[in-house]
Amino acid sequence: MTETRPFVEIRHAKKSYGSLEVLKDINLTVDRGEIVAIIGPSGSGKSTLLRAINDLDPLTGGEVILDGTQVNKALPHRQYEKHINQMRQQIGMVFQHFNLFPHLTVRDNVVMAPKLLKGISEDAAQKLAEEQLAHVGMLERIDYYPSQLSGGQKQRVAIARALAMKPKLMLFDEATSALDPELVEEVNQVMKTLAQEHMTMIIVTHEMEFAADVCDRVIFMDGGVVVEEGPPTVVFQNPTQPRTRDFLRKHLSQYEKEK
Amino acid sequence: MGLDFSVVPGFADALLLGVLWTIAITVAAAVLSFFGGILLAVIALYAPLLVRLPFRFFAWLFMGTPLLLQLFLIYFGLVELGIDLPAFVAGVIGLGLHFAVYNSELIQTAIVAVDRGQMEAARTLGLSRGQALVRVVIPQAVRDVIPPIGNNMIALLKDSALVSVIGVSELTLSAQLAIGRTYRPFEFYAVAAVLYYFINLGMEAVLRRIERRTQLSR
Repeated sequence: MTETRPFVEIRHAKKSYGSLEVLKDINLTVDRGEIVAIIGPSGSGKSTLLRAINDLDPLTGGEVILDGTQVNKALPHRQYEKHINQMRQQIGMVFQHFNLFPHLTVRDNVVMAPKLLKGISEDAAQKLAEEQLAHVGMLERIDYYPSQLSGGQKQRVAIARALAMKPKLMLFDEATSALDPELVEEVNQVMKTLAQEHMTMIIVTHEMEFAADVCDRVIFMDGGVVVEEGPPTVVFQNPTQPRTRDFLRKHLSQYEKEK
Repeated sequence: MGLDFSVVPGFADALLLGVLWTIAITVAAAVLSFFGGILLAVIALYAPLLVRLPFRFFAWLFMGTPLLLQLFLIYFGLVELGIDLPAFVAGVIGLGLHFAVYNSELIQTAIVAVDRGQMEAARTLGLSRGQALVRVVIPQAVRDVIPPIGNNMIALLKDSALVSVIGVSELTLSAQLAIGRTYRPFEFYAVAAVLYYFINLGMEAVLRRIERRTQLSR
């Protein structure tokens, strides 16, 4: 573990389904506390890349390294399972469709994993639930079931659930894409709070404005490769690659029309 | 000679005891069939082939042959192998396993139908596959099949009459014994039918309660 090593390192990431190459030799580093947006057309491989970081979609080649430890280590099955469960505890993930556990209350959604995996006491669990839910403004819904919440509220609880494991890194897979437009802001707000707290975040998003607002760096992917990356001001205002320009023109004009 | 229900009260104690035995055997077999059903479903879906195959054969055996025969086999047949079970235990095992196989079919379908995102979310938090199944997937699958499992449990209650043939003095056998003494089959069978009906009502009330309590968690 060297001091100079980046916090998250993706090296020569490759992924293919049969003859279809979804990721073609991606290299990417993220520093501690950095907030990175991954944008690109659908099918560009951005979600696949994000899901490779916690090995939900295993790579067919390359490495993912978090804080000096390789996530996708080649180990015998049993040892690998133990290793990956350890790693995943350090990597929070938020999904497009929330994936809250419908049979559990908001409280139990948040504390089920910490109780089970860290063996925290009932009292500590209650405190943790209150703390995490207050953080996302959902404390008053602690005894509700997910079916009683709006989409935005569900996503905020899902963020609290991920944070309750005290992850080092948070992954957001189009966290606001399934939300009604008027509910997007409350989730963005929570993500902005996390940004201010210097949580390391990798965010796959379609929302250019949010990416420009919150992220330190924007990565534009297309066809399984990183086409362009840089600070949002550069990528959004002076993209050097024609593919980036093309994508932004379509996306921003669509955004303008919606307004 | 007309019907004469006045003979019935004299056997009230015996009939009541029969009701209690019927409830006891039904509840015990229902519990066995519920948890056994979950276990069989998990084996059918996730166990290695070498484990799965014998269980599939077992499932086929229990679904493809008469319950009455299975009861005979467990109670009378196993004695030859040195396994001498009390009639009540043999009855619970027979009924319980028979309905476990039916419940397992329901639960398997429901497990497969639970949204993939649930397993993913659980794994992402660091749960193992087994933990995710136990904490996240199976509870939702079971919740989804409570109504059809309830139907199976009603059928189980009615089929519990079959254990009378191996000598468990549940409601049906109690009625038969009373008939043997009084030669009044209509009266006692009719009373037994009414008593089954009331047990059934009670069971449906419990099932409705369970269904209502799981309503919010969908």
